[in-house]
Amino acid sequence: MVFYAILFTKLQKYDKTYIKNILKGRSGVKIKNIEELQTYANKIRKDIIEAVYSAGSGHPGGSLSIAEILAVLYFNQMNIDEKNPKAKERDRLVLSKGHTSPALYSALALRGFFEEEKLKTFRNIESILQGHPDMVKVPGVDCSTGSLGQGLSIANGMAIASKLDNEGIRVYCICGDGEIEEGQIWEAAMTSAHYKLDNLCVIVDNNNLQIDGKVTDVMSVYPIDEKFKSFGFEVINVDGHNIAELIQAFEQAKKVKGKPTAIIANTIKGKGVSFMENQAEWHGKAPNEEQYKQAMQELENIK
Amino acid sequence: MNENKKIATRQSYGEKLAELGEKNENIIVFDSDLSEATKTSIFAKKFPNRFFDMGIAEQDMISTAAGVSTFGKIAFASTFAMFATGRAYDQIRNSVCYPNLNVKICASHSGVTVGEDGATHQMLEDIGLMRGLPNMKVMCTSDDIQTKWAVEEITKINGPVYLRLCRLATPVIYDEKQKFEFGKGLQIGDGTDATIFATGVVVSEAIKAKEELEKVGINVRVVDMHTIKPIDKEIIIKCAKETKKLISIEDHSIIGGLGTAISEVLVEEYPTKLIRMGINDVFGKSGKATELLEFYKLTAKGIIEKVMDE
Repeated sequence: MVFYAILFTKLQKYDKTYIKNILKGRSGVKIKNIEELQTYANKIRKDIIEAVYSAGSGHPGGSLSIAEILAVLYFNQMNIDEKNPKAKERDRLVLSKGHTSPALYSALALRGFFEEEKLKTFRNIESILQGHPDMVKVPGVDCSTGSLGQGLSIANGMAIASKLDNEGIRVYCICGDGEIEEGQIWEAAMTSAHYKLDNLCVIVDNNNLQIDGKVTDVMSVYPIDEKFKSFGFEVINVDGHNIAELIQAFEQAKKVKGKPTAIIANTIKGKGVSFMENQAEWHGKAPNEEQYKQAMQELENIK
Repeated sequence: MNENKKIATRQSYGEKLAELGEKNENIIVFDSDLSEATKTSIFAKKFPNRFFDMGIAEQDMISTAAGVSTFGKIAFASTFAMFATGRAYDQIRNSVCYPNLNVKICASHSGVTVGEDGATHQMLEDIGLMRGLPNMKVMCTSDDIQTKWAVEEITKINGPVYLRLCRLATPVIYDEKQKFEFGKGLQIGDGTDATIFATGVVVSEAIKAKEELEKVGINVRVVDMHTIKPIDKEIIIKCAKETKKLISIEDHSIIGGLGTAISEVLVEEYPTKLIRMGINDVFGKSGKATELLEFYKLTAKGIIEKVMDE
């Protein structure tokens, strides 16, 4: 009896959702402190530079632009459990812009899905951390991506399955602004709205750069918000580097019924590293030693 | 073989899928605006909540099916073979095969037997495309009984399968008691003058040829290759050893299909000449399915000529 009394007192310290989540096999990590979340975003940035530098290749630009988005999703929003990465009732994340895997791998490692040490093996022949995310190899990766344009359809499939099973799972899908030039994205957007997938939230990382230059110059996708709106989405425009705005947008998305939500996140490609910011050339190349040191120094100073 | 009872394998697929849907609530079916033609409409009418019409958007259909399958569902995706494997090849490769997801791509209207619609709709390269994908298994069935068996069989496989189906109604070859084994060719007869390896819609033609040849004292065997990947190496080597002539026949390009798969085995294991019958590196054309089979010599008569050729 004494044991149960102590347990009861201990449990009272936590809110009901936390306990419910624990009982459902979901972890209760939910950081509400903005500064703390920003620290995670900064850590993700440092991990990105470390990983791309040690691999000698990779995609730093678009990885750096989604650091806050991933910090908020993995440490504030998503119901996931690092001890049970395949839990059926977990929320799902599809990184449709799969080349920005270093950001995802960092978030997963920081969340405890695998040892942070592994980040240094990125793109190595014996590593589980492939150039693009592999759901078979990496704990916490919900979807293998890489060939652009396919992730939103896959996320729709997950949202459909969740509705069939009545699980109440939320599915997040991060797309690049260049990526949405792919026709399949708009086939999928029709599906999200047609099947009223209100458990789906698309985040468009709108950094306005793709490999060949500015999105506006290469193949304009604008107006992104109006496009998604006309396809039947609830649309929320946010500053993709503002944690408070991101949290508010995700909370707002949860309240939307009968249609999917698209969050258009206005971001800066290469955010946090002065010489990478807004430079298309940093889409897919690794820094040399000098650049690496400078980048790490700059990111250290942010903290 | 019952020449009077003809059923298209797409019909058998639709009926069996609807039957399996009763027992297995995990079966979710997708189509791209062709459910009346692929016969997934039978399932759709019975289980509207588990049927998703994706509109004319095959790439979206394949990736969505991949997403659904990550929840422990068996996702069936159907459309014409042309659009399933041609239009959505990248999606099959990267959304389905790379992560080894439980998606069954059951495509109808393969080969020239599509008929009047002509070349744009007559898929002749699908076996080649699907065979090259790691994790993918490839089947091409020859009659009603075999197709119904195959549809159930592939639900037991946890991973991607391509099942190639046909528009043209063809004779029911087997009776209900016939046993099939996944990955194993089915040998019909034990003649030693030639082996005719056949798959899909032309198996009945091969059997007709066998019966005709028997009348003139030529004894051939037919091997129904319902599974093309994994290919049944054993039966290929055995027939190469036991028979004087080897022929393959398929309503598919001679590049990449059954003939190629058999050649790969022969060249490594038991080098033997193989005569490949199929569509000889050309596009199809409009016409009645049976006329087209005659035009491309994919008939009993065409086979007999090849067997008699010195």
